Amino acid sequence: MTAGALWPFTATLLAFVIGGILAAGFGFNPISAYGALLSGAFGGAFAIATTLTNALPLMFTGVAVALSFRSGLFNIGAAGQYWLGAIAATWIGYRAAVPAWVHLPMALVGGMIAGAVWAALIPGIAKAYRGANEVITTLMMTYIAVYLGHYLIEGGPMQAPGFTPQSPQILPTAVLAGLVPGTQLSWGIALAVLLAVMVWLLLQRTAVGFSLRITGASPGAARYAGVSPRGTIVLALALSGAVAGIAGAVQVLGVDHRLYDSFSTSAGFTGIVVALLARNHPIGVLPAAVLFGALASGGNAMQISAGVPFHLVDILQGLIIFFIAGEGLLRYASWGRPNGQRPA
Amino acid sequence: MMLDLLGNAQLWASTLTLAIPIAYAALGGVFSERAGILNIALEGEMLIGAFVAVAVSAWTHNVWVGLAAAAVAAALTAALLGWAAVYLRADHIIAGLAVNVLATGLTGFFFNTIYGPMGTPTTTPTVPLWKIPLLDRVPFLGQVLGTHEALVYVFFAILIASNWLMFQTPLGLRWRAVGEFPRAADAAGVAVLRVKFWAVVAAGAVAGIGGADLSVGILNSFSPDMVAGRGFIALAAVIFGAWYPWGGFWASALFGFATALSFQLQGVVGLSKNLLLMLPYAVTVMALAGVVGRTSPPAADGQPYDPGR
Repeated sequence: MTAGALWPFTATLLAFVIGGILAAGFGFNPISAYGALLSGAFGGAFAIATTLTNALPLMFTGVAVALSFRSGLFNIGAAGQYWLGAIAATWIGYRAAVPAWVHLPMALVGGMIAGAVWAALIPGIAKAYRGANEVITTLMMTYIAVYLGHYLIEGGPMQAPGFTPQSPQILPTAVLAGLVPGTQLSWGIALAVLLAVMVWLLLQRTAVGFSLRITGASPGAARYAGVSPRGTIVLALALSGAVAGIAGAVQVLGVDHRLYDSFSTSAGFTGIVVALLARNHPIGVLPAAVLFGALASGGNAMQISAGVPFHLVDILQGLIIFFIAGEGLLRYASWGRPNGQRPA
Repeated sequence: MMLDLLGNAQLWASTLTLAIPIAYAALGGVFSERAGILNIALEGEMLIGAFVAVAVSAWTHNVWVGLAAAAVAAALTAALLGWAAVYLRADHIIAGLAVNVLATGLTGFFFNTIYGPMGTPTTTPTVPLWKIPLLDRVPFLGQVLGTHEALVYVFFAILIASNWLMFQTPLGLRWRAVGEFPRAADAAGVAVLRVKFWAVVAAGAVAGIGGADLSVGILNSFSPDMVAGRGFIALAAVIFGAWYPWGGFWASALFGFATALSFQLQGVVGLSKNLLLMLPYAVTVMALAGVVGRTSPPAADGQPYDPGR
């Protein structure tokens, strides 16, 4: 393997080293901090199941973001599409009285459509027809999505009877069954793996995937090849949003079973890091998501048993993206000079 | 009812108050995008500025030292983006994203290790209020413009100075040239990479003051989620303002107005606060999608420049 192919591993390692130095600078023992992190993430069946439960939404959002990146678009707003997916799945989950074999797929598809619409309808069309920067629009739509969710369950139409800002619980027919008893890990994990493979096949083996990739790689060449750039932009954001929407649906149907005020947006944002670490490869997203799932479960253990603030995990994430972005560092590393030309 | 509201000097005064933090960051955005560096990192730079301003002001009991420290810390944060985007030719969006995540992590980490659940000290000094002599006695206008915290007036001084610098001086010409056509600037003897790098650093300094305005200007405390997308709204303001310093200010004023209006309306109409708080974000999307039409960015905005090719 070349240094370039190994770069995600090097980047991760570098981030951990710098994070450790920082923690040491604040009087924490980095060895015991990382030790607590490791055992919190992988020490025993329960820890591993928790890690995978944390990794699950990231697998979906990572694939969602990778899909948009491969199409040359930065869907930074997966978090908003995730919320919309969760809202739709919750609503279908408690409202629709249908047999189980219809209910669960219906809630998943509902979440998927909601996410797709949230990404494609405004950011997609605004980008395709008005050139509006999707980095900003998808992010603004995320803030709007979170406020929408809060509105719905704080005095809005989805609030459960009582004073707590939360939705009613979804019906048992919509629950995504558990995989490991006594943990929150659901069959959603099989769905995530299946979806990653499907997206990979879509990108690599279909005409639609080709038009997405060529638009991402070279918009000029895409136009030359007869690919409509506008249609591709809307489609790419719709697909990306759809996957992020499924993430929200799986989280509600498999873990939370209702919508709370504190329903997290972090999966959407961490999905960006996951996609970048996986170099936007849908299958590569799976192990990258497990790494970040482990950081989340291990980070909690680290905070509790070693007293190191959980935010060290955010710092590690930032450093990982930074090193991934700064792959140009390799030019220094390889040839010792900034322009990186091979010595003649 | 709407007319009563618009005639309310309080609404316009708070429009200005709420616009200024965004306007600082938008000015920073103009700085860096005119040099061709797409600056997603404004959000993180504001966050660093907000935190450092509180930490240093509380520690030295001097808000001016705190503000200077905020500008320096945010400039250093920006230097990270500058180094990656200019010298490593990293993708500007990914490098900016890295800075934002890093800023979230660093401020959260320091906030928790230094202050813990009690939050930042309640004795943190704030930016003083300045009264403009005579103006503060003019009816209405005086209520809107006459008395504000110092950073509001400082902003206009920086805005006028930078507008002059960018459009009236040789340095400004070089600055804009590296963003429009770096190859030509290079041929004319401009140190393209150096100009780009320092433009990003300068952008960080002003965005940091914008963040500091949130923490020690409007309030006197820091919370990890206090920037809440304002850096990205500022980025939209840059586009909406067609990459001009004054344009960025007027666009920020529009977002400030949307926020001020949502606060005012909460008391008046029976709408949920959650729906009203969407307003500035919705205005941003609309500004990008409809109202602006197409403005054109500096020609080489967002493209890494490789002098060797």
